[in-house]
Amino acid sequence: MKNFKKQLLAGPYLMWMLGFIILPMLLIVYYAFFSNHKFTLSNVLAITSEVNFKAILLSLKVGILSTLICLLLSYPLALILKNIKFKNQNFIVFLFMLPMWMNFMLRILAWKILLSKNGILNTLLFNLNLPKIQILNTPSAIIFGMVYDYLPFMLLPIYNSMAHVKKDYIEAALDLGASRTRILFQIIIPLTMSGIVSGIVMVFVPTLTSFAISELLGGGKVLLIGNVIEHNFMQGMRWGIGSGLSFVLMVFVFISMILSSKFGEDEKGGTGVI
Amino acid sequence: MIKKTLSNIYLVLIFLFLYLPLFVLMTLSFNDSKSKVIWGGFTLKWYSRCFKSETIMNAFFTTIQITLLAALLSTILGTLAAIGISSMKKKSKTIYLGATNIPLLNADIVTGISMMLLFVKFTNLSFVTVLIAHITFNIPYVILNVLPKIQQANKYTYEAALDLGASPIYAFYKVTWPEIRAGVFSGFLMAVTMSLDDFSITYFTKGPGINTLSTMLYTELRKGIKPELYALSTILFFTVFILLLAINIKNNQKQHRR
Repeated sequence: MKNFKKQLLAGPYLMWMLGFIILPMLLIVYYAFFSNHKFTLSNVLAITSEVNFKAILLSLKVGILSTLICLLLSYPLALILKNIKFKNQNFIVFLFMLPMWMNFMLRILAWKILLSKNGILNTLLFNLNLPKIQILNTPSAIIFGMVYDYLPFMLLPIYNSMAHVKKDYIEAALDLGASRTRILFQIIIPLTMSGIVSGIVMVFVPTLTSFAISELLGGGKVLLIGNVIEHNFMQGMRWGIGSGLSFVLMVFVFISMILSSKFGEDEKGGTGVI
Repeated sequence: MIKKTLSNIYLVLIFLFLYLPLFVLMTLSFNDSKSKVIWGGFTLKWYSRCFKSETIMNAFFTTIQITLLAALLSTILGTLAAIGISSMKKKSKTIYLGATNIPLLNADIVTGISMMLLFVKFTNLSFVTVLIAHITFNIPYVILNVLPKIQQANKYTYEAALDLGASPIYAFYKVTWPEIRAGVFSGFLMAVTMSLDDFSITYFTKGPGINTLSTMLYTELRKGIKPELYALSTILFFTVFILLLAINIKNNQKQHRR
């Protein structure tokens, strides 16, 4: 009885969840599969049209590349940050996380200024007698922006899981004559797998689905799947197709979740976020 | 030794990658020329224009209102939910936590659109719809911060307090609350962070004329770059820096005392 009363405290949340999480999801599925109250697959199959298919392929490419770059940059960084022998280790780590709290639009603005045609990067190159580069409005600029925006989201879980790796293991391995590389691949990486996996998810999902970064750094010329969906809703009022594409996107997110949970679930000392 | 130098170089490089763009924004905020590359002398005019701009100020106050209201309400709902969920049997617990994970794991654009579809069907998009959306995506963070604290807390002390005649509310306040307070607080902070930084969900659920900083910046940046925004960036950066530093120092002191 006491327990039941306690469980009632979750009641308001249950109502909230049904109304604002479950119901909206059902609505998307409804709009995706029904047009004029009739079942249809055409909205979901809109993904196979040339423009949309190109967009999802490009999104996958941008998402995978950004995630990979974030991982390759963060992992050594986390290793170094963990081993740093400095009185204010916490402060150094804090400095590397700080940009995460800066409004993400303003971080994009910063890159826009650096990369623009007559911007700082090109002026610098010009003064060094090097050829100018035109990055803005290309997929490369988008990847730049995404890596910059989401790097802390990769660093945080990896650093947290690395903090759980016991020094004893590493010392034991050293005593037994293991090389540094062997320690990295056979002890540290396996023990931080859960952090790697949550980092990958935390970066891959937003980079796959973002539309703001690609709109601002791509100058409206590069279409990712997020942009296509946004156009369908906000410019064309084509809710059916928009919902159909959103449904496809949900499936992609779902697949990446399943893949990642396969690799990450058996590890302890996760990050608390996922 | 070489290894140490290499790792220091690496730290510096990443540090530059993270901070150089911000440093450029800050420098430009004092630049008395509209150009992005020519230094035209020191000025504070972009700051005064920033404070006089109705677009920026409106967006700023809307952001503060939404963030604080959403964080407060989601902390209350989420904490109650976490207490409820903690006393459930395994099966219903799994179902609850599974549903809690949906907005956490789903793409923001899909969450935003799905809520927009709901709001448009039953009402109009407005300030309230943004608030509801923010509360919805904040609750999971609160639950995930509070639930572990409740599970770590000793169940029997609460029951002992009840057996000794304390009312449930008094027992909660005296026994449970001190144990979960840290979790509730960090849940609240996380909700604030998420609300401040959200763009996609706000973008789809906001009514006409309502803008948070993120959506305002999106509209402005599509039009072009105004130097007032450099001033805004600088102000926001230092506000966040000082706030987080204060929280960090406070936490460090607590750890030292233990």
